[in-house]
Amino acid sequence: MVDDKARTWRKPPFIASPVVRLLLALGVLGYLGLALATLPFDWERISDGLPRAARIFGGGFPPSFERFELLLTGFKESFQIALLATLLGVALSIPFAVMAARNIAPRPVYLVGRAVIIVSRSFHPVIVAILFVKAVGFGPLAGILTLTLYSIGFVGKLLAEEIEEIDWGQVEAMRSVGAGFMATLLYAVFPQILPRQLGLSMYQLDSNLRASAVVGIVGAGGIGGTLMNAFGRYDYDFAFAILLVIIAVILVSEGISGWVRRRLW
Amino acid sequence: MLEISQLVKRYGHDDPVLKGLDLCVEGNSVVSIVGASGAGKSTLLRCINRLIEPTSGSIRLNGQELSSLKGAPLRQARRRIGMVFQGFNLIDRLTVMENVLAGRLGYVGFFQAWRRRFPPEDIERAFHLMERVGIAQYANKRADELSGGERQRVGVVRALMQEPDILLADEPTASLDPVTSEQIMKLMRALASELSLPVLINIHNVAQARAYTERIVGLRHGRMIFDGTPERFDAAALEEIYGGIEAPDETAVPSVAEGGR
Amino acid sequence: MVATPTERRVWQRYSRRERWTRFVLLLLVVAVLSWAARDVDIFWPWVWDAPAQIYSLADRMWPPDPRRLGEIVEALVETVHIATLATFSTIFVALPIAYLAAQNTTPNRACLWFARFVLVASRSVNTIIWALLFVAIFGPGVLAGILAIMCRSIGFVGKLMGEAIEEIDRRPVEAMEAVGASRPKVILYAVVPQVVPAFFAVIILRWDINIRESTVLGLVGAGGIGVILQGAIDTFAWPTVATILCGIVILVLLGEVLTGWLRSRVL
Repeated sequence: MVDDKARTWRKPPFIASPVVRLLLALGVLGYLGLALATLPFDWERISDGLPRAARIFGGGFPPSFERFELLLTGFKESFQIALLATLLGVALSIPFAVMAARNIAPRPVYLVGRAVIIVSRSFHPVIVAILFVKAVGFGPLAGILTLTLYSIGFVGKLLAEEIEEIDWGQVEAMRSVGAGFMATLLYAVFPQILPRQLGLSMYQLDSNLRASAVVGIVGAGGIGGTLMNAFGRYDYDFAFAILLVIIAVILVSEGISGWVRRRLW
Repeated sequence: MLEISQLVKRYGHDDPVLKGLDLCVEGNSVVSIVGASGAGKSTLLRCINRLIEPTSGSIRLNGQELSSLKGAPLRQARRRIGMVFQGFNLIDRLTVMENVLAGRLGYVGFFQAWRRRFPPEDIERAFHLMERVGIAQYANKRADELSGGERQRVGVVRALMQEPDILLADEPTASLDPVTSEQIMKLMRALASELSLPVLINIHNVAQARAYTERIVGLRHGRMIFDGTPERFDAAALEEIYGGIEAPDETAVPSVAEGGR
Repeated sequence: MVATPTERRVWQRYSRRERWTRFVLLLLVVAVLSWAARDVDIFWPWVWDAPAQIYSLADRMWPPDPRRLGEIVEALVETVHIATLATFSTIFVALPIAYLAAQNTTPNRACLWFARFVLVASRSVNTIIWALLFVAIFGPGVLAGILAIMCRSIGFVGKLMGEAIEEIDRRPVEAMEAVGASRPKVILYAVVPQVVPAFFAVIILRWDINIRESTVLGLVGAGGIGVILQGAIDTFAWPTVATILCGIVILVLLGEVLTGWLRSRVL
């Protein structure tokens, strides 16, 4: 270690092998290049964009609240969709969560429960909304069904994980007194997951309200439809008014839901 | 030479933490500052390199007034003042070498700092100092893999990398076990004489202050109430500095009873 | 002894008040829900018909039609490209904003509030709505999609990174200030190393979310698999729709597996 030559020091690289390092760098650069090259950019249309943006934002300011009635109707419907979907979704998520909990469900039932939850989580609510609109027609019914499925996926997954982590001693105690499956669920499982379920419901109400603003874009009722119409008719000042109110409502609902959840836990 | 005169530090409208302190440190003496928690030791050290803004008073290092500096001149002054911290204040996720070289950050440009391209003489100095304190074999280890004593050695080397005119140490041994803390004190004293550096050490452990330093300064409630050699630091001085402070709830108890403990 | 009944009465009254609050809350929830159920604009006969309709739609989808598989796979790859490029470019905008939005690094109050406003605005507007806006500006295509995903991700990444910066250990910062390092160097040595793990976790998480989000961009014309899906739905090519849906599930699951693997490797 002790020699007279001036010693040098380099920071040891994060990836030790220089070959892997080079390949990784080339890979990232190559990917970026490939992705940019294969994506169909319509440059002419894009270059028109800035003046168009100016026109849109120019037309959007100041936001117009003239058609306040329409705005109010749209929001009322969004609230109704969110409320009903949360009620249905939270109620239905309980059986699916029980099915998808490894520790209490038999293996085949567990697989079915997991599959339902995985599939309903894979699809963005907007895709589900389109399908429901095609199946049951335009309007809030499609929205409610969509968000119910969305809630089952999200609440069901977290609830199933919660059930998998319960204190098993209480279940054994119920079984040892000779309780049946339903009685065990009622007395040993549900009391343990109830607080969590209430918190999740509040959270889900908040995210359903957010989602209900967008499912309307594909015709599933609520403020999203109003927004889509305003955009379609180049009614930018009304569209911006809707956007502002959506932001305000989401902030308020996030605040309330956070406050309630803090009180619950 | 460090000259402090009439140093006052006050937070808001509370009673000042430092109440007009005068202190002069010359040559390569090792000075320890003792006092109960809240006596203002840590505030005093941090006022010197301006991690805390003094309210009023003057601090001069080798003739340069520090208390009025701002921006780049302040940073230039800071790089001549090394500091060792109680909690080591290392960057855990970086290697020991990077932590040590961080002591040169006041001297190198941003790009050099970013690419870790420090001048060869800095790297040589780093290896030399790390060998001196016995941590050179850890150069490429992450700082959080080291033991407490080794981490504090990294802290000391980082401060010495600055080529400081003075070394400040804020309770450098308070987070260490007794044996390691003795080693660190010995090391600091040896380095001070090797590099002919004045050293200011805040310390809780009075026995260590007596054993390893040449001069003891006692603070109480922001005032200097003792300044002298370890030989003169007797029971009376100890009582004056610590008496009745450690347990504020017992202030009603006569101080004689406190002294009897 | 005389005081005991009074105390008990007080205690009972409190308990009664609590019960009363719960009862009113429950009543309120039931009232709101029944208002929502009665007032919502639903044609009830359709509701009873819904299961049959959904079954009939599912029946029309079965079996999936693999004839346009090549095209679908291409569109899925395009979807991944959109998500990846958008996540990648988000980094360059979100990090400076996170820096401004963290209380311990922001230069001044004005920057702090500006950055917080940007984050809130970005997070509150859904990706689809951002896409709608960018399609109106730049026309249909992947650029609108990339920008839309970016605009939504900035808020997400920026908020979480801002919180990560606020939670760093202050001591290394103090040490770097004490050696006389300038602001950029303090950040480089004392802040950046501490937030690197959080950065990778957040980016990987957002990439996973962005893959899901980019599957719907095409429905408003912003590129990806959604364009084909919309086309297939409009032409009632239900077996093709089924194939696309299967493709999306597989893509999302693959994404989940990959992000899980990355997380275990990097963190």
